[in-house]
Amino acid sequence: MPLNLTLASRNLFHDRLRFIATTIGIVFSIVLVMVQMGLYLGFGKMVTKTIDHSSADLWVMRKGTKCFEDPSLLDANARRAILSTRGVASAATLIIGFSDWQLPSGELTPVFIVGSDLREHTLRPWDIVHGSVKALLASDTVGVDRSYGKRLGISKLGDKAEIRGHPVKIGALTEGIRSFTTTPYVFVDLKHARAYAGTPESKVSYFLVRLKPGANLAGVRYDLETKISNVEVLTTEQFRDRSRRFWLFGTGAGAALFAGALLGVIVGTVIVAQTLYSSTKDHLDEFATLRAMGASDRYIYGVIIHQALLSAFVGFGLASLVGFAVVWLTSGGALPVAITPFLMLGVFVLTILMCVLSAVAAIMRVVRIDPIMVFAR
Amino acid sequence: MSDPILESRGVSKVLGTGAGKVHALVDVNLTLRGGELVMLMGPSGSGKTTLLSVLGCMLTPTTGTIHVCGQSTKGADAEILAKLRRDHVGFIFQNYHLFRTLTAAENVQLALDVRGISGKEARTKAYEALARVGLADKIPSYPSELSGGEQQRVAIARAIVSGPSAILADEPTAALDGANGQTTMSILASIARDYDRCVLVVTHDSRLASFADRIVSIEDGRLAGERRGEAGRPKLFSAHG
Repeated sequence: MPLNLTLASRNLFHDRLRFIATTIGIVFSIVLVMVQMGLYLGFGKMVTKTIDHSSADLWVMRKGTKCFEDPSLLDANARRAILSTRGVASAATLIIGFSDWQLPSGELTPVFIVGSDLREHTLRPWDIVHGSVKALLASDTVGVDRSYGKRLGISKLGDKAEIRGHPVKIGALTEGIRSFTTTPYVFVDLKHARAYAGTPESKVSYFLVRLKPGANLAGVRYDLETKISNVEVLTTEQFRDRSRRFWLFGTGAGAALFAGALLGVIVGTVIVAQTLYSSTKDHLDEFATLRAMGASDRYIYGVIIHQALLSAFVGFGLASLVGFAVVWLTSGGALPVAITPFLMLGVFVLTILMCVLSAVAAIMRVVRIDPIMVFAR
Repeated sequence: MSDPILESRGVSKVLGTGAGKVHALVDVNLTLRGGELVMLMGPSGSGKTTLLSVLGCMLTPTTGTIHVCGQSTKGADAEILAKLRRDHVGFIFQNYHLFRTLTAAENVQLALDVRGISGKEARTKAYEALARVGLADKIPSYPSELSGGEQQRVAIARAIVSGPSAILADEPTAALDGANGQTTMSILASIARDYDRCVLVVTHDSRLASFADRIVSIEDGRLAGERRGEAGRPKLFSAHG
């Protein structure tokens, strides 16, 4: 290791209390950024979970539909027009909507109905740990996530409740299908969904379209939008993006998360800048001596930059451990923090930039050092 | 007679502005040649340190020229002056200015690292320099573990390790007791025996005259005279002005 880097690290670690305080500051700032961005990613994933588990080529929806949970309805008879369009293989009906779940105790709690033809594979509950999709084909049988058991007053298959006054029993329990709105999803077969969601016979929420092999997706999409009034036709990817954008930016949730992350960056930058500056001030004699010895600007800046990078590495390393602990702790919660390798890389680069930027003030101080001051001290 | 290593011609230096303006150096002509130890003496505020700074390329003269190993500093910016210091000058300070988090060997190696020399070559040279000043057994010691005299010897090792042509020492014995002062001056005198190297020592202490080949006096920024030192070798005398 070059000696200026040895000098940098020894000086940095020499004042242990200051180094610990700095590290805590950096860790706090990086964890804040990591968690905020992890929440952003987790939120982004969660709001599109149902769309991600669908197997449609195209989604037909009411014009202006903002997200999957948007209760806008379209005419049920549009299905005939869809099926008669060239290139369309099938058009599955999907009914969604908020409803009331009555516990055996008589209490009411809101639920979100997701009703589809469960014999088809367009959108079915996934990660079933007890029961089966087949069981949901029986009359008045529903599937819910077992994490909501207490809230829904159920604990096992066969437990009973009521939705909008209709008696239901549990036919399937899933693991990990949590709703970010905290309103539990209730998966039902299409034949009961209207009654549970209160959707009129003449209306549906979505048509999930599958294309014939070799069909031109853009062409079918154009034909459908031309043929059927007041509808929009989106690919699964487009609908996923729209839903995500709505929840993240339409509601301000994403902006709040970004603001938190930005705060973390600012706090981190200020803390590192403060430390590097005070450390530089404490070692002005040494920097002046280096100058007197003929050290180039680059050599001297190397000392400060190296201190900044060391702070970044140590801070990032510890923050990563905290970040992974947060991921583990929130993994079963309503809103898990998702720290992806890409996010890790991004936060690492951000940490480096933050610490190097923090070195500017210290470098500016060193630039002003006159080597002649070594004679005065 | 060897070639001049440091040369000032008509050098004046004005410090400060307005009412605080001080003529720190006035028309100074001085030449230092290889193989001589020159002692620069004068009262406080006479301009000794300013002259040392100008000769050592830390300050640029207001008028006049400085030549370092034949190279003029006229118009040189801070980076060029730093390069001249790197290539030709070694400094020794009154308060040593050692790096407290580096060992004695690392302090000496740092002078080589600044010059782009590192690794085994730097370690070997640093050990040799420390051995030359009698500190071979203090290689792993930190400055806080060394006495004042030992610290000054580490500083001398640091100044000579890269083989500079000029060693400039500012009051090198001022913070030392008599015995350590004598030891320090003996080392500097031995360095000056090398005909490729000159040593300039700024001091108040007239008792050190026995180590000088030449003693130059300065008063109010002007060279006030010079005399042969007790170690003087006539062939080396070359000051003018």
